[in-house]
Amino acid sequence: MKFTEEHEWLRPEDDVIVVGITEHAAEQLGDIVFVELPEVGTEVSKDDECVVIESVKAASDILAPLDGEIVEVNDMLIDNPAKVNDDPMGDAWFFKIKPADLSQMDDYMDEAEYKDMIS
Amino acid sequence: MTALLQTPLHALHLELGARMVEFAGYDMPVQYPAGVMKEHLHTREAAGLFDVSHMGQVILRADSYEAVALAVEALVPVDIAGLKIGRQRYGFFTNEDGGLLDDLMLANRGDHLFMVVNAACKQEDLAHMIAHLKGVTIEPVTDRALLALQGPEAEAVLAALAPDVAAMKFMDVITSTILGAEAWVSRSGYTGEDGYEISVPEAKAEALARALLEDARVLPIGLGARDSLRLEAGLCLYGHDIDTATSPVEAALTWAIQKVRRSGGAREGGFPGADRILSEIHNGAERRRVGLRPEGRAPMREGTPLYASEAGGDPVGEVTSGAFGPTLGAPMSMGYLPSELAAPGTTVYGEVRGRRLPATVAELPFVPASFKR
Repeated sequence: MKFTEEHEWLRPEDDVIVVGITEHAAEQLGDIVFVELPEVGTEVSKDDECVVIESVKAASDILAPLDGEIVEVNDMLIDNPAKVNDDPMGDAWFFKIKPADLSQMDDYMDEAEYKDMIS
Repeated sequence: MTALLQTPLHALHLELGARMVEFAGYDMPVQYPAGVMKEHLHTREAAGLFDVSHMGQVILRADSYEAVALAVEALVPVDIAGLKIGRQRYGFFTNEDGGLLDDLMLANRGDHLFMVVNAACKQEDLAHMIAHLKGVTIEPVTDRALLALQGPEAEAVLAALAPDVAAMKFMDVITSTILGAEAWVSRSGYTGEDGYEISVPEAKAEALARALLEDARVLPIGLGARDSLRLEAGLCLYGHDIDTATSPVEAALTWAIQKVRRSGGAREGGFPGADRILSEIHNGAERRRVGLRPEGRAPMREGTPLYASEAGGDPVGEVTSGAFGPTLGAPMSMGYLPSELAAPGTTVYGEVRGRRLPATVAELPFVPASFKR
């Protein structure tokens, strides 16, 4: 698993990368009330605004961590945004991306480095 | 950068694990570990304790209550002289253009008029009163804290410390003794729930807060939930839903201007902006504050432009407050629309992230009030 400075986690699964936000990020955001996911098939570039999450009071963007194609999104979050607070590292993944350039993963932190960053 | 101001409960907030933010120059709790959603829901189900000590408390005196009331009526388009002793009323300062300078609470406490104003405006409000009030002594109250206890259990909780609060009706004001100190208590609040606002000497604030929090029915509530509660209740936030560019008629606050101050009343006009305001009461205003229910799940936040149609045209209004309502279970907004589009049930479109999404004009409040009338 890899981690970005924007508190996203990236988990390789077969030929795609599963993306979510960390427990730390979910806690910082507070109670999530709305999630807007990208459309399946969207081509994204690294740092494109990709997902919008809203808490009671404010909206936040999740940026695409890699160049690639969105191949699957977690529709469950549309009716169940609170899952992001319950299980951010598991059930509340946001999307799966087929990366155009896997070497972009090298830019990111491993778990120890991420834990270090947030401490 | 100047350091943030602190209320008498600052240390307690930190001890309770509050996440702090800057508000009106004060370091205030936006939420506690429970989080905004739980704090909001708890307030409507049991009792929530709010620190509102940042707000401005002011005592105004003249030779008699009637004298101070009539003097303040020159700045506020409300029946203050007719307010009975031990009663409180909502009001606002207007400016020469008929806009709003601040909204506030006024109470007849017998030998003085007691006023509570917004924290963000308190310096300007004092300067405004000093410049314009004749024959009135203006005493800012700087040594008292202000706490709010709101929710269906508030009466039971507070009456355990001060039995005399149980008999109070909505908008009553009394002097009580709580934990041995003189407390000025009103049965009012900013949540749409039954509850009390309690002014105590600052040295007693922490002890009172701790005593209330010891009651299992009470949770501390931050500014985050305070905002979602008041928005569900359809209440304005100065600087957002009302400001110097909004008249009280546009803001749907005409109800607060009693007949005696309107055209034909015994003390008609005589406040800044009276020409425009009285004319708008008579003829209607061009635009109106409304409630809005976005049809989807996406909140429409402050600043969202509003359109009359799904495509084309210029914005016809904008959202002034917007959030998700935890009790409502849906997004909710307040904003201004041209009067012809302000009828409940009208569909308008809010532009969110480049797309126009439908919203329906809704009656306020979004959640019914529970005042003890």
